[in-house]
Amino acid sequence: MTESAPAAPARQPVPVLSARGLTKVYRTGAVTVQALRGVDLTLFQGEMVVLLGASGSGKSTLLNILGALDTPTAGRITFRDHDLTHASDRALTQFRRDHVGFVFQFYNLMPALTARENVALVTEIAQNPMRPEEALERVGLGHRLDHFPAELSGGEQQRVAIARAIGKRPELLLCDEPTGALDSATGVTVLEALAEVNRDLGTTTAIITHNAGIRKIAHRVIYLADGLIAREEVNETRIAPSQVSW
Amino acid sequence: MRALDRKALRDLARLWAQVLAIALVLGCGVMVLVLANGTRASLMDTREAYYERHRFGDVFAAATRATKSLLPDIAALPGVAALEARIIAAALVDLEGFAEPVSARVLSLPTTGAPALNLPLLRAGRLPDPLHPDEVALYEPFAQAHGLRPGDRFAAVIKGQRRELVVTGHLLSPEFIYTMGAGSIMPDDLRFGILWMAEAPLAAATDLDGAFNDLTLRLSRGANEAAVIAALDRLLAPYGGTGGYGRARHASHAFLDSEMTQLAALAYILPPIFLIVSAFLVNMVLGRLIALERRQIGLLKAVGYSTGAIGWHYLKLCLGIGVLGVVFGWAAGWWLGQRMTELYTEFFRLPWLIYQPRPGPFAISAALALATVTAGGLRAVRASVRLAPAVAMAPPAPPLFRRGWLDGLGRTFRLRQTTMMILRSVARWPGRASVTLFGVSASVAVLVASFCTFDAMDLMMDEMFAQSNRQQVTLILSSARNEAAVQDVLALPGVIRAEGAFALPVRLIHGARSELSTLNARPAQTDLSRLLDTDGRPVALPARGLVLPEGLARKLDLRPGDMLQVEALAPPRETWSIPLAGTIRQTVGQEAHIDRTALFSLMRSAPQVNMLHLMVDTDRMDALHRTVKTTPAVAGLVTWTEVRRQFEQTINENLWISATIYSVLGMLITIGVIYNAARIQLSQRAHDLASLRVLGFRRAEVGYVLVGELMGLTLAAIPPGWLAGYGFAAMIVAGVSTDVVSVPLVIDTSTYATASLIVLVTALAAALVVRRRLDRIDIVQALKAQE
Repeated sequence: MTESAPAAPARQPVPVLSARGLTKVYRTGAVTVQALRGVDLTLFQGEMVVLLGASGSGKSTLLNILGALDTPTAGRITFRDHDLTHASDRALTQFRRDHVGFVFQFYNLMPALTARENVALVTEIAQNPMRPEEALERVGLGHRLDHFPAELSGGEQQRVAIARAIGKRPELLLCDEPTGALDSATGVTVLEALAEVNRDLGTTTAIITHNAGIRKIAHRVIYLADGLIAREEVNETRIAPSQVSW
Repeated sequence: MRALDRKALRDLARLWAQVLAIALVLGCGVMVLVLANGTRASLMDTREAYYERHRFGDVFAAATRATKSLLPDIAALPGVAALEARIIAAALVDLEGFAEPVSARVLSLPTTGAPALNLPLLRAGRLPDPLHPDEVALYEPFAQAHGLRPGDRFAAVIKGQRRELVVTGHLLSPEFIYTMGAGSIMPDDLRFGILWMAEAPLAAATDLDGAFNDLTLRLSRGANEAAVIAALDRLLAPYGGTGGYGRARHASHAFLDSEMTQLAALAYILPPIFLIVSAFLVNMVLGRLIALERRQIGLLKAVGYSTGAIGWHYLKLCLGIGVLGVVFGWAAGWWLGQRMTELYTEFFRLPWLIYQPRPGPFAISAALALATVTAGGLRAVRASVRLAPAVAMAPPAPPLFRRGWLDGLGRTFRLRQTTMMILRSVARWPGRASVTLFGVSASVAVLVASFCTFDAMDLMMDEMFAQSNRQQVTLILSSARNEAAVQDVLALPGVIRAEGAFALPVRLIHGARSELSTLNARPAQTDLSRLLDTDGRPVALPARGLVLPEGLARKLDLRPGDMLQVEALAPPRETWSIPLAGTIRQTVGQEAHIDRTALFSLMRSAPQVNMLHLMVDTDRMDALHRTVKTTPAVAGLVTWTEVRRQFEQTINENLWISATIYSVLGMLITIGVIYNAARIQLSQRAHDLASLRVLGFRRAEVGYVLVGELMGLTLAAIPPGWLAGYGFAAMIVAGVSTDVVSVPLVIDTSTYATASLIVLVTALAAALVVRRRLDRIDIVQALKAQE
């Protein structure tokens, strides 16, 4: 399988995260499910990648392993010079804490904390964070700082999740169906926030989606099927999130 | 079995740890009810049967020397059904191989037939033959303590005469279920004994031929005890009567009574705490289970199950917990009841004591336990089964949080967001937090109240042995002597210092209230036997007026400055009007105190003594004992070092047992409350906690959110627990205190600290057990499992 370097962001592409021969097998009782069957993948600094695939193609499993939420059954995974393959639970926690931001389909905000506090939750333990207010302003929520998740719309909640993810200035932003629970118009605002973060902060961003319409906002699109990378394409011309619709 | 019933059983099995934790707390309540009521019933039934069969008296009186010709007049008093007059004398027993002199009481047995009242129970051998003046029967525990068997011989000094006596048998008596010697505070079968002797030889020895000095009456049904006593006192007064009294003031009876009062108090005070806590726990756990099964409930309704059927299904779960708790409580109560009854048979000299709990407490405890769990479950069930099927099947609305004072708090103290999560969770679910607070407080209270008995004992020991009774030995003289006896006693071996005292039986009267007491006359300043003021500091006797223990003053409704009548029940048999000069703290005994000069000027006689307090060179104690054994002037002796040793031993044996039981009970509440709260929190917040792990929080940091909330609540519950413990201790102290012993209400700082520490460690352990489950949570799965 070949990999092409991203066209737009870097003249000298710097690999951030690299996976080689990743496989993942789930065993539940007598049933064995092979979710990944040997995936090779590199994410480069500053690029925005969309991972496209149907339900069950293994894209969520891949994202979980890339974000150190899960470990591969076989294969190797390295973050810059660090080998994460056999890292301890403690080291993986530290990796997530220092380098990775997550955005999930269902936001996963703490219902007991306000927008500002949800962001502060992460910035408090980060090494070089931005102020929670700044993070929220970046996603256009500077006026909703003291609202609890239950008082925010779905799109706003997802933008709080993005602010929480970027508040620590992560090197890697992993988004699992970030627009999956949103209507088209709201989804666009979320994508705009992600694109802005990617552009302004240079955060390597990987977005998982089954929504093909989103692929054009990325530098690179990776198609997954049956636990394998089926193909890859580089967008010579990207479109703005506002031009996307579904 | 129906499908829903199978589900109920599987739910119980699946939630076994939580179910068990609640069942144990509930079981404790059931256990205490069964234990206290069962033991009390056994004790009460035995005592009643013993009293009835052995004709225990209703009214008791003593006199110096009353002629038997008075007996028909006494028998004719309205309300008197039967009477028994006898002779009682003090004796000093000299037993070979036992260095100390042994105090004893010698009781006469009628020359013909058995006594009409206070019939002794023959346990071995036979009764003394009236024709053999040297024969005596012994109180069984005393005989056993010294290994004296029928046929054995020993010497005793009765009224100054040394006699050789032979043992004929062993007896028990309903008068002596709990026995203490004069001046003693603990039963001591080695140093105090009771001897039964035929009337003729005892009358001869005490110069009471044709007379008696002790009287027991049995009253007819419906008789007025106070009226009989008043009439009796009038008849006995010319003969040195020291005042009649009913069973309530009979030492043995009163002690048994106070034990039963304590058991009754136990049955009323403790079980409600356990039942209330379990009701809350059932409510909490069932509420959570129903929330988790919301969609299942919707589905059951959708397929046609009625609201009643679903509600009944969940109530069955509650009843399952209840049945488990009842079975545990019954078994533990039965077992502990038997052990406690065994303990009582060692303590109380009853001829038999069989643990025979009545079915009542079992039925009542079961009904209460089942009602408790039902009441606890009902609210949770009612709220859930009311939902329409479509609503039930939809996910529940997310919990709503509001801005408020917590935000300010967070900003002011720059609290971490994990701490804010804890605070908001407490504010959002105040009910759950209250249950935790209540349970932990109850736990602390139970521990404080149980450990404070040690503080009370420490204080009593300090006051009794280090502050007020600093003498090693007190000699009780057979009759009052001139004050020169204080100098004479210094000649006895090993005696370093001596103080004399004079005890006079009196009746204290204030208005309509009156109490029998002993008036103790002593020099204003004493060094060995001292009085303590209400703060426990040694205090000098005022030159004028009477000093009373606080409790006695309260009973007589007296305040310092008030005048009271003091009726001397021994010569000169006068009544004086004396002001109350002050009150003192006295934990054991209820004696009145007066300055020696003041009393003897009232008595218009030269100062006398009938008690001597001695400071003794401990190396020469044996020599002193040998001399006392052959000194006719001494009727009895109290060795304070020995009293102290026994007091400590009793505390060590008995107090530790009860303290251990109470500690376990207290800890079980904490375990039940914290474990369940933790499990519910974990289930409710698994998603939040997994999210924190995703965001890069370490296990310990995530654990903090779970454990921190519970430990914070535990800490907050401790001060109210102290308060409740104080109140609880006050109730216990009031229940334990008797006319003879007034237990002080003191709680040492270390007691609060120990109780708090035990609860904190228990809570932490219970929370950490649940915290370990956090490690097993699969982050990815938890994130998927959206409610």
